[in-house]
Amino acid sequence: MIEEEFDAIVVGAGMSGNAAAYTMASQGLAVLQLERGEYPGSKNVQGAIMYADMLEQIIPDFRNDAPLERHLVEQRFWVMDDTSHTGMQYRSDDFNEARPNRYTIIRAQFDKWFSRKVREAGATVLCETTVTELVRNAKGKVIGVRTDRAGGPIYANVVVLAEGVNGLLGTRAGLRKMPKPESVALAVKEMHFLPDEVIEQRFGLQGDEGCVIEAAGTISRSMAGLAFLYTNKESISLGIGCLVSDFAQTRESPYVLLDAFKHHPSIRPLIAGSEVKEYSAHLIPEGGYKAIPQLFGDGWVAVGDAAQLNNAIHREGSNLAMTSGRIAGEAIIEIKGRNQPMIRRNLALYKTMLDKSFVVKDLMKYKDMPDLIHTNSRNFFMTYPQLMSQAAQNFMRVDGTPKIEKEKATTAAFIKARSRWGLISDVVRLALAWR
Amino acid sequence: MTMAVTKLRVEEKLYQNRYLVDPGRPHIKVRPHERPSANLLALTHICPAKCYELNDKGQVETTPDGCMECGTCRVLCEASGEIVWNYPRGGFGVLFKFG
Repeated sequence: MIEEEFDAIVVGAGMSGNAAAYTMASQGLAVLQLERGEYPGSKNVQGAIMYADMLEQIIPDFRNDAPLERHLVEQRFWVMDDTSHTGMQYRSDDFNEARPNRYTIIRAQFDKWFSRKVREAGATVLCETTVTELVRNAKGKVIGVRTDRAGGPIYANVVVLAEGVNGLLGTRAGLRKMPKPESVALAVKEMHFLPDEVIEQRFGLQGDEGCVIEAAGTISRSMAGLAFLYTNKESISLGIGCLVSDFAQTRESPYVLLDAFKHHPSIRPLIAGSEVKEYSAHLIPEGGYKAIPQLFGDGWVAVGDAAQLNNAIHREGSNLAMTSGRIAGEAIIEIKGRNQPMIRRNLALYKTMLDKSFVVKDLMKYKDMPDLIHTNSRNFFMTYPQLMSQAAQNFMRVDGTPKIEKEKATTAAFIKARSRWGLISDVVRLALAWR
Repeated sequence: MTMAVTKLRVEEKLYQNRYLVDPGRPHIKVRPHERPSANLLALTHICPAKCYELNDKGQVETTPDGCMECGTCRVLCEASGEIVWNYPRGGFGVLFKFG
């Protein structure tokens, strides 16, 4: 079907694939991008928060026409038990700036826009095309792809694997291992529609201001997990995710967790009267630095979720995806500019550049967190949230009990649940992993 | 909570979604087995689209029409050979309007 040989084939039209394709096409490289969905975004799922800085480095004037929902002025973090939440809240008018820092987005719409930019930059984008196999030469260098369309293989000097967390190509070709159940979270999400004025009233927002709530606690039923509520213009994205290994062990149903979260007394009034228009599910890479696979080889590089580049601690995924895609594109441009072949030794430039960026530095900082959280999920997601709620309630309920006795009761409850040594060790381990 | 209520709920949820089913070409298959492994059995509870169910012989079967292509079952059961996983043909499968 396509006789031309391309400089690069990009597999996937998500954040990382679009960033890579845009970067290369805008510098005049012949780029073919293949997407299995009916349109870019039709297979993609995210919470979703988009970080302006990382997109600005790719498309500086994106604010002119990108489909953005609300810019965030307020963030709440809630520790929940079955009837309460203990919250931390940050709101600042400084976020009402000319070039806001973070936005909520709806991925299907955002990805369509991003893909239009990719085509305008000169790339050929082919949708409804599933790449089935990588084509390699006698030396093992990746030289192209086969698809489920009629016709032979399509050739390119380099293939950018932007195929997402559940990418089949890289694992089947033995370039990387399948993600482990303890290094991916399964998240489910619903889109709740409400009139914009109702959303603004319930969250104290004006115009395009937005608010997000992220919540942990007994809602994940002792599994390592996080729930979220993101305000869009006329909808609320609501979801919850936990490690696949924990799901497999507890055999909890994700939709049952989501329903319980929706009916929690702290959440229910915020979505009352909404109309649900979509239910989605997606895996999120949670393994951090230690789960990063081989990122490059002869004729290929891996970017975004396919490379497990996700900062679970700061809930940043799409910005690592966009940045890794951009950097891969820049490395390929540089190697082509030197008239060098796209072999392993040269493509190592991508990793060198990525290691210097915030992407790898941030993941390195938290390299011990995934293990800590995975092995202590019952304490972090069940015991401590319950203790915090009891302590807060004990502190606030005025009932004639002397304050000294209340303090003693709270301390005793913590020691009974975790022991002195357990408490000290949890604090120390958390501090070391956070450092 | 009974299974019937749970099942009803997830079907109601999936009803919101758009799918283009590829008739006669399921993208996930369960290999024939006598007794399901712990992971395969877990899928009857944890698959977010409830694509996996037990038949009356105690074996796990799949109907992936409502699949959201998340890959949870692949991560748990592909390596052991208990399931065979492919993406649907280009354009088929779930079509997210919002994502």
